[in-house]
Amino acid sequence: MARLELNHLSKRYGDNAVVAGVTLDVADGEFLVLLGPSGCGKTTTLRMIAGFVEPSGGSAYIGGVDVTYLRPWRRNTGMVFQSYALFPHMTVAENVAFGLEMRKLSKTEVVARSREALRLVRLEGYADRLPRQLSGGQQQRVALARVLAIRPDVLLLDEPLSNLDAKLREEVRIEIRELQRQLGLTTIMVTHDQEEALIVADRLVVMSEGKIRQIGTQRDLYERPADRFVAGFVGRSTVLQGRVIAPGQFETAGGLALQCRDGAPGKAALVLRPERIALGVANGMDNRLSGTVEFVSYLGDAIELHVRLSPADRVVVQLANRGETTVPAVGDAVDIGWQRDAGLIFAE
Amino acid sequence: MVSAVAQARPAEIASGPHRRVRIGRWALNGAAALALGFILLPLALVTWLAFFRQEIPSFPPEGYSLQWFGAVFNNKSFVGGFLLSVQVAIAATLIGLALAVPASLAVTRRRFRGRGLVNALLLMPLIVPGVVLGTAIYVFQIEAEIATGLPLLGTTAGLIAAHALIVIPWAARLVSASLAGFDPSIEEAAKNLGAPPWTTFRRVTIPAIWPGIVAGALFGFVMSFGNLEMSLFLVGAGRTTLPIAILQYLEWKIDPTVAAVSVLQIALIGVAMVATDRYVKISQVV
Repeated sequence: MARLELNHLSKRYGDNAVVAGVTLDVADGEFLVLLGPSGCGKTTTLRMIAGFVEPSGGSAYIGGVDVTYLRPWRRNTGMVFQSYALFPHMTVAENVAFGLEMRKLSKTEVVARSREALRLVRLEGYADRLPRQLSGGQQQRVALARVLAIRPDVLLLDEPLSNLDAKLREEVRIEIRELQRQLGLTTIMVTHDQEEALIVADRLVVMSEGKIRQIGTQRDLYERPADRFVAGFVGRSTVLQGRVIAPGQFETAGGLALQCRDGAPGKAALVLRPERIALGVANGMDNRLSGTVEFVSYLGDAIELHVRLSPADRVVVQLANRGETTVPAVGDAVDIGWQRDAGLIFAE
Repeated sequence: MVSAVAQARPAEIASGPHRRVRIGRWALNGAAALALGFILLPLALVTWLAFFRQEIPSFPPEGYSLQWFGAVFNNKSFVGGFLLSVQVAIAATLIGLALAVPASLAVTRRRFRGRGLVNALLLMPLIVPGVVLGTAIYVFQIEAEIATGLPLLGTTAGLIAAHALIVIPWAARLVSASLAGFDPSIEEAAKNLGAPPWTTFRRVTIPAIWPGIVAGALFGFVMSFGNLEMSLFLVGAGRTTLPIAILQYLEWKIDPTVAAVSVLQIALIGVAMVATDRYVKISQVV
């Protein structure tokens, strides 16, 4: 358990900068998620923290100690791999004991700490099984127990849930989060699944093309995204292309005049969250428009309408499903509206 | 509609695709049995012959006897040949493995210039005919002896060195195959848990590819033990391997002693395979 600091950490292969200067400060006991599309450099960053990839520049500190060029087996990080990477020829107990044996602990302590780690992941009864005799979810928990046993300074999770089916994933991510909190482990998780990221993180880091686009809480990223990439990556959104013609005035490509937050005049994009657009009673809304329903998705807890406002403008409207008997159908004319602050403006 | 489909089914089973599947399965099993018979028939005949009583093999046998097995053990060149063959095969297998395991690791894990060439070279002894290989090594050993003054040709060491060459392709192939199915992040996990590279290799990599190593050793041993063409060029005067002893014996006699010695050889290799398979599932690799 320790604080982790990265200063301008970077990795280049030839001219290709995979990680282009990442600076992060992760507090002791914090759960930080690196989020981004594949190839954004999040996994390389994680592997540099573990020591599997040697940085081309910058530095990394764990608990105040410079670990930038320290070999993986000399740093006390605990990594859970996407493929679990259990030792196939060892039993569950031997897998969990491995890191403790490497630390030259006494036999009684190895046994006690392995048992404790298996208890934490609720696999006490499986000590003598081989990994191939376990389900995917159980293997994943053995991999977790194996790193918990060594009491790592930093817990590193590399897409740990992506090989599990959807239902199991929901259970395991909450389990991991509860364990992490209970043990006060400084944790970095890499994922491309934004829902997963939003559920477990204290803070999130959105990355793309080797750079950090934004660091913040779930609320920061959703309500105040730093740029259009973050707005598009975190949560659902509709983008209307157009330009800011005067302070607070936006004109879409299809010629609609809308009220918006202040932004610099010129070409811009207006980003709207589907659930911030209201249907029907549009009283008191700053923007009131009518359009035609082109597509309806019934999602169970919500219903999404794709509404055509002009030949060039279409927005997605999300309605909470409260059991109304009439849901607009394709081809229906509807009135919609939103407050001026609901839209985000990004200069293009 | 559901019931209509259900009713249509039984008729289809009797005449339709199901029947074709059954015929296909029969044909496949038949072909497999034929191939297996083709492989086993000579072995069965040799085994039968070893128990004939008469000296000149002819059908039908005049009676049965175990005398030829006794003759094998009384024949000095068979016993001496067997001992030399075992000695050479064990040494060659160990040397071959010591070279093939690191080479396989390099070829499957690393990306380097000339990787394809190294891979091809590792398999080369399998492709070059034994007689060519024997001639080449014969000439090489003569030249090496002249150049260095060290005795090579006709020595056990020279024979072992040559036999290591025929072990390498088998060991390299089978070890590479088991490495290909081995997730490299397992080694990273070991390092992450505090194991330096050598400990990782010893405690994680070797055990994980152990079936490949054992299978490679077994095949290498069998190939070395049964090698005739190459060894013909390299044995010294009065010191022969078992296959050469058999050949020499056949030049003068064709009594069932040769069949008996073959049966002993087949039994030895068979026992080695079954015994190994009990501890390591070779079938997973080969």
